[in-house]
Amino acid sequence: MALTIEEVRHIAQLARLKLTPEEERRYTEQLSDILDYAGRLSKIDTTAIPPTASVLPLRAPLRPDAVRPCPPQELILRNAPSDQEGMFRVPPVLDT
Amino acid sequence: MPEYEVVIGLETHIQLNTKSKIFCGCKADSWGDPPNTNICPVCTGLPGVLPVLNRSVVDKAVFLAAAMHAESISSISYFARKNYFYPDLPKGYQISQYDEPLARGGTLDLPMPDGSSRRVTITKLHIEEDAGKTVYQNGKRLIDFNRCGVPLVEMVTGPDLRSADEAAQYLIRLRQLLRWLGISEGDMEKGQLRCDANVSIRPIGVETLSTKTEIKNLNSIENVRTAIQAEVERQIREIDAGKQIGAWTLNWDEDTGILAKMRSKETEADYRYFREPDLLPIRLDDEWKEEILADLPELPLERRARFIEQYQLPLYDAEILTDERSLSEYFEQAVSAHGGEAKVVSNWLMNDVLRMIRESGLRAGDLQLRPEDLAGIIQLVEEKKITISTGKALLDRVEESGHSPLELVEEEGLSQVSDEETLRSMASEILSANPDQVKTYKGGKTTVIGWFVGQLMQKTRGKANPQMAKMILEELLSENGQKET
Repeated sequence: MALTIEEVRHIAQLARLKLTPEEERRYTEQLSDILDYAGRLSKIDTTAIPPTASVLPLRAPLRPDAVRPCPPQELILRNAPSDQEGMFRVPPVLDT
Repeated sequence: MPEYEVVIGLETHIQLNTKSKIFCGCKADSWGDPPNTNICPVCTGLPGVLPVLNRSVVDKAVFLAAAMHAESISSISYFARKNYFYPDLPKGYQISQYDEPLARGGTLDLPMPDGSSRRVTITKLHIEEDAGKTVYQNGKRLIDFNRCGVPLVEMVTGPDLRSADEAAQYLIRLRQLLRWLGISEGDMEKGQLRCDANVSIRPIGVETLSTKTEIKNLNSIENVRTAIQAEVERQIREIDAGKQIGAWTLNWDEDTGILAKMRSKETEADYRYFREPDLLPIRLDDEWKEEILADLPELPLERRARFIEQYQLPLYDAEILTDERSLSEYFEQAVSAHGGEAKVVSNWLMNDVLRMIRESGLRAGDLQLRPEDLAGIIQLVEEKKITISTGKALLDRVEESGHSPLELVEEEGLSQVSDEETLRSMASEILSANPDQVKTYKGGKTTVIGWFVGQLMQKTRGKANPQMAKMILEELLSENGQKET
């Protein structure tokens, strides 16, 4: 199950990664190997097994609809590289 | 030039009115709050946190699914990650549902103003979290995360709507339903109800769907109507000119009324949906489902039909009275307290009580004037104990004071004056005090009687029985005339 170099470039673009031509070649090889390894699963005969959406028998724990206090704005804005009027300031839009 | 049929499907996002967010305890409604004050490590996606599902989100979404007559409400559904990068999405993915949503199928029958009906199908209904908000200010981009993690229901219709008016009508009925169920205010201007429209046209008679465009950023029902209409006209022009329709995403600019092409959309596969590993499946067992659905009320259009049938109301009345749930309940309580003709109660409600509701901004059920009070006032008028004008004034007096109508009538001496002797002596006084008008009347201009009745009403502070007042005055005036000749 070999990936093409175009597919690798597309995946890199989705992850916003900038790869050198040498990295593109290397990852094409490595990702293909990983896919081959996982692809062994499709060789197993599953005709007698019903489709399974999840193997976990558990259910999502639920929370009552109650409001809890939030940390102060200053604390959260400390994570911002730049802020203005209580908001995170980010670079202007670049169309990709 | 061929005739075209318009094909529209709507994708709506409904903000549920829970107190807290979908996966954390932050306050959900940030309307009017300063930016970044209702956020925490969970909704801003800091490392090491885990989401915990708000039970009320499932309750409300299941309620809506049932009200939309969903074919299946899943006993097990799953969360998925929708991956994309955008500054207002701090985690780099949105927790949503994908291949195993909460509910599938469903319908809403839209009554159209011309009397026809349009059945709109719902393809799927799922729950997800909202993203933050980007504010553009003088070329700067500022991010407020307050809205991150606010619960949304996404509901997608089939390509069933056939005009811009039908699309608007769908949103009007959906908003009515959301308020009726008490799960969202559905205010488009506040972003509580959002809508993207998929629009295409095809020659009449063709069954296949043509290439569609998607219109985004529609933030009022009026904008939905205007933007769809503009897009339909554009598509007709393009096709008539022999051009092709591109599968564009269009942005509606409310200020300029212009649809502008947005950047080409990433294809669905690029969202790389996968099962959310941080959340277990939602298991909706029968017990929980029954508990939720036990509170499902009669729906607006069903109630409208019943009002016409059971109370013999005109469609016009039934439509207004079932516009809002509290008003429809108020009406039924007043009818049952009144015990007489429902149409009479409807008239009082639509003429006077609706005015009070509009002026006060209250819901019918929150008025001080209870349905029993309204029924009591109507009865007092029907028994001729008070005049209609006293009755109408009494509505406001009960609303202001919270006293019962009967108490007020007694305390303030508002009973209608039907005592003939009292009226006759008051009328005589008026005639002697106004010899000029008496002369005019005698001179043949009998319309001046209205003026005399007005005088008598004024003297009794509106409490005179108007028919009796007129009769007595006419009697006295003719006697008066006879004496002088």
